[in-house]
Amino acid sequence: MSDKHVDEVSGVETTGHVWDGIRELNNPLPRWWLWTFYATIVWAIGYVILYPAIPMISENTKGVLGYSSRADVAEELAAAKTAQGSLVEQIAQTPVAEIEANPELLQFAIAGGSAAFKVNCVQCHGSGAQGSAGYPNLNDDDWLWGGSIDEIYTTITHGIRNDQDDDARFSEMPAFGDMLEPEQIREVSAYVISLSGTPSNEALVEPGKVVFEENCVACHGENAQGDKDFGAPDLADAIWLYDGTEAGVASQVRNPQHGVMPAWGSRLGDTTVKQLAVFVHSLGGGQ
Amino acid sequence: MAFLDKHEILERNATLLMVGALAVVTIGGIVEIAPLFYLENTIEKVEGMRPYSPLELAGRDIYIREGCYNCHSQMIRPFRDEVERYGHYSLAAESMYDHPFQWGSKRTGPDLARVGGRYSNEWHVDHLNEPRSVVPESIMPSYSFLKETPLTVANVEANLKASVMVGVPYTDEMIENAELDLRAQADPDADTSGLEERYPKAVLGDFDGNPAQLSEMDALIAYLQMLGTLVDFSTYDDASGYR
Repeated sequence: MSDKHVDEVSGVETTGHVWDGIRELNNPLPRWWLWTFYATIVWAIGYVILYPAIPMISENTKGVLGYSSRADVAEELAAAKTAQGSLVEQIAQTPVAEIEANPELLQFAIAGGSAAFKVNCVQCHGSGAQGSAGYPNLNDDDWLWGGSIDEIYTTITHGIRNDQDDDARFSEMPAFGDMLEPEQIREVSAYVISLSGTPSNEALVEPGKVVFEENCVACHGENAQGDKDFGAPDLADAIWLYDGTEAGVASQVRNPQHGVMPAWGSRLGDTTVKQLAVFVHSLGGGQ
Repeated sequence: MAFLDKHEILERNATLLMVGALAVVTIGGIVEIAPLFYLENTIEKVEGMRPYSPLELAGRDIYIREGCYNCHSQMIRPFRDEVERYGHYSLAAESMYDHPFQWGSKRTGPDLARVGGRYSNEWHVDHLNEPRSVVPESIMPSYSFLKETPLTVANVEANLKASVMVGVPYTDEMIENAELDLRAQADPDADTSGLEERYPKAVLGDFDGNPAQLSEMDALIAYLQMLGTLVDFSTYDDASGYR
């Protein structure tokens, strides 16, 4: 290094670095900065001792506090469960049909079910449970697989037509496009529409009724009122799962779509499914 | 301070300074990264993890190609709110066959680490075609072209072999059957017994509603329906993974 050199103007020693005749003053670091720096070093030593830090041969040091973020979550979840008191436990013990008889449990289940619905169900059934084409509305009293609380509970637990659960509700309408003549499909669609609205051509309704009686009553019933054992929809009302136009009905007759609902029992656990069942049952259409 | 004065040699020699800086950064990097390769507790011991089936792997490539990771993470963090919303927090073991992993840190859309089995195939088709038809407030773009685009994988076997090179345990049998397995998984009429043995829990059948064509949407949905479903949590001891 160059010899010590004191700047004439400020009287401060310089570092000895010279750039084009300009010298750098060697002022000491601000004291607050220096002490903060030392404090971070001390902090780091403490941290390494207290928390998991240093990789050793087969695993890292655990730290004196034994902290684990995953153990923290388990504790938090357990604390949340405790905070809910005995109500969760009571719901677990109570058959789903009897929850509604207990006002305290009912209120808790509706709140819990509502929260679970927002997280898990709205993506298909809509934020107001109003459904959309292919995804049933849960507010009305038109139920594919039954609207009693036990039936709703079963549907949520096992789902519909999924591969995840051997007890999933299952039924499959045949593709009548292979079995009926195009004219017959037009007729039966006109008949089905005539039950709740106005068909495009009244003349198709009578022959359509014959086609219906020969092919459809086994599942949809003589009066087209549906059959919840098969998830066969009521065709006499004006509520449609898919396209409710005559062309839409014809398309469903030819090559039916089959809705799939996942099984939620294994994913959410029985207590949450019970709360969901109570919530859905409370929406207005519950039977 | 004679030793510190030697610093001047570095400061006055750009090449030497660069070499020295590189050495320091290398040491830091090794200390931070190397232990993850040998520490026994980096990856949890779980049951059920398997390499991706060829169709899932193709779907994963589409997921990356379309930049899904720009809006969707695949990492459920160990916080109560995330665990209650998405399910069990993600384990390192669940992405041990990911090259590269898709953890992400950006959540414009929801986390997808456990989206498998959460929706029906039909829902995925509706949602990819027009996200707002099922989620009105969604700002996700439409990916309807995936259904029209036939899946083309130039060399399925090579994809698996490349994965083997970075440590994914594909067997010779898996590589031999790669092309067949790719087609069989989305073909409702195919014999899938071999596929199911090689890739347990693979979701089978037509995904996009058009069994006649193997489309990119088939592959993407096959991938999505598998996400987060492989680890058998009934045999996993949470406490063994505390760290």
